[in-house]
Amino acid sequence: MSPLKIKKGSTSHSAYDLRSTFGDEVERHTLAVIVENEPGVLARVIGLFSGRGYNIESLTVAEIDHTGHLSRITIVTSGTPQVITQIKAQLGRIVPVHEVHDLTVEGASVERELALFKVAGKGDHRIEAIRLADIFRANVVDSTLESFIFEITGTPEKIDAFADLMRPLGLQEVARTGVAALSRGAS
Amino acid sequence: MMSKQMTGAKMVVQALIDQGVDTVFGYPGGAVLPIYDEIFQQNHIQHILVRHEQGAVHAAEGYARSTGKPGVALVTSGPGATNAVTGLTDALMDSIPIIVLTGQVPTFMIGSDAFQEADTVGITRPCTKHNWLVKETDTLSGVMHEAFHVATSGRPGPVLIDIPKDVQFASGTYTEKAKRKSHYQPQVKGDLDMITELAKAMEKAKRPVFYTGGGVINSGPAATQLLRELVAATNFPITSTLMGLGCYPASGDNWIGMLGMHGLYEANMAMHDCDLMINIGARFDDRITGRIDAFSPKSKKAHIDIDASSINKVIHVDMPILGDCAHVLEDLLNVWKSRGRKTDKENLAKWWGQINEWRKVDCLAFKQEGKTIKPQHALARLEALTKSHDRYICTEVGQHQMWAAQYLGFEDPNRWMTSGGLGTMGYGFPASIGVQLAHRDSLVINVAGEASWLMNMQEMGTAVQYNLPVKQFILNNERLGMVRQWQELLHGERYSQSWSEALPDFVKLADAFGAKGILCSDPADLDDAIMEMINHDGPVVFDCLVEKHENCFPMIPSGKPHNEMLLGENADTANAIQGAGGALV
Repeated sequence: MSPLKIKKGSTSHSAYDLRSTFGDEVERHTLAVIVENEPGVLARVIGLFSGRGYNIESLTVAEIDHTGHLSRITIVTSGTPQVITQIKAQLGRIVPVHEVHDLTVEGASVERELALFKVAGKGDHRIEAIRLADIFRANVVDSTLESFIFEITGTPEKIDAFADLMRPLGLQEVARTGVAALSRGAS
Repeated sequence: MMSKQMTGAKMVVQALIDQGVDTVFGYPGGAVLPIYDEIFQQNHIQHILVRHEQGAVHAAEGYARSTGKPGVALVTSGPGATNAVTGLTDALMDSIPIIVLTGQVPTFMIGSDAFQEADTVGITRPCTKHNWLVKETDTLSGVMHEAFHVATSGRPGPVLIDIPKDVQFASGTYTEKAKRKSHYQPQVKGDLDMITELAKAMEKAKRPVFYTGGGVINSGPAATQLLRELVAATNFPITSTLMGLGCYPASGDNWIGMLGMHGLYEANMAMHDCDLMINIGARFDDRITGRIDAFSPKSKKAHIDIDASSINKVIHVDMPILGDCAHVLEDLLNVWKSRGRKTDKENLAKWWGQINEWRKVDCLAFKQEGKTIKPQHALARLEALTKSHDRYICTEVGQHQMWAAQYLGFEDPNRWMTSGGLGTMGYGFPASIGVQLAHRDSLVINVAGEASWLMNMQEMGTAVQYNLPVKQFILNNERLGMVRQWQELLHGERYSQSWSEALPDFVKLADAFGAKGILCSDPADLDDAIMEMINHDGPVVFDCLVEKHENCFPMIPSGKPHNEMLLGENADTANAIQGAGGALV
């Protein structure tokens, strides 16, 4: 995983040439932004997206290096290749941003999201819910005679699929963390 | 590293001294009193008391743009900070390095809606390059030094430090101007392979043009010097944006004038028809490009810029070069020279022939007839009578600004201070105060419209208090001229709210402040009146009554490409702006 920089010593491989910058297709990209863990840094990132009209599909943030004062913000966004390039460049010029990685183009990556589902029901619905949870490898983290809370980890698509199945079985509440992502292999 | 114990307020002053600051523009208030107390007790830094915080920030901008050094403003919390917002945004849009220090209510009162409390870092986050709220005195000096580093490195811009009053009172450890390397280190060297590609393109170009901008001036004197060398060696034509005027001399052989919405015919036509466009430190602003899908359709484009987000933002370029103008120009010159200093001289001569044909259109021609002064004539006379002086020009925003850009010639960088990106009416007067403070013996003129000038006219008090001989050259058409022009072109000549019925007597106004006022309405008196203005040792308000309904041409109507310009006298202006163009500004 290498930071977003114009590669030195190459003509055709500048960051701008990774893809045709002016295509019309809207693409979904997962960005990992390593930032100085200082007050207001999240507001800067979010303000950039709202101020310039970019999409945020999900955003997660937490400190990853206490001694180095670094946090990692994982943003799932969508836009045309030109917009994605702009987003990365705009993120890169925020002063407390150390690195911007586009996990979607920097080789293979792993994406995971955690979600909690509260499902209430009786009889067959209750049995079916727990059977499906088993298939999805969701854990029961709270139980009453009328409800379960399931904990599930997976790709956003897997969690969407589980939500679709739980809805007719008495889904009451969902809490999702948003995506955390890392590139595969040694850094 | 030496360290000393002192109060936060003293640290602020000490850090300013260590950063080489000699002038601070400011306005006191409750939350900055400890800092003002420290200012009172020292003689290193001169504090200039403005009359409104917006004036302080624009004055700091004028100081910065005319010196190349960062400007500093000091204001109080709440309204002091919110009044600084326009100046901060202006500096952000035009990439001007300024440091704004704001007082804040004490840390233990933050969030309690205290008297004169505002969420200053929240309000200014989108209009600064970076900002800090300092909660501990021990970190204050480090933040001060980092702020100067951030404001002046990479693409320059405004920064703000919000300092609660208890942090100013408390004692802490002062750290000297840091040797410690900030993690903020923008890339200055460009990619050599891409620079070589550009050099090759320059060798083959039949119709090249240099399109330069404020980045060349921001980069510093070396960039200007290298640019001039490159232009002379290649004999390519050069145009510039409003922000870049002066990076190449207006009297230079290769100068084809400013480009853009009110740029010269030959410059815009050259941009449209070129086959190689070399953008150095400009950003394809919408005032420049006109209709994007018809912008310079036949050219390969190179873009040298220190800000990666400027590259491919608006216009797709073939040769992106991320780096500082001076560093890239030096490498470009060396590469091009080492490859044999080649250009396609034969086609270049034809290109110059074409440009000279366009020049014959004489797009700035005007007729001064009758008893009313044409604004173009006023500026042409101002140019003739002042160009031999050591001269700095500021402007407000509107028609007069475009005429000043068209009719005044700039031989050197840092001589032209105008609000380009934000278009801030009220910028010019306080900016001229900042310029004059940095250049006490120079002729500083603010070319103004009467409406813009009134927006910050309270700064007359500042000019008089410090005996700053700033010349306020007001082209008074009793109209919001540019608004009026657009209403004529786009809104069926319905002049909604674009004139002033209660203008002051500017001569009496000047008199009331203790300055000199000059009224001129007759073309026959103009030269003598201008000379009287120049020769007066003190601030002058020059009320130049001009033709009320003059339009500013040439003009690329919004939504049109470069080769569909409206030209002065014979322009058919009815319905000049149509369709989607009407939604643009």
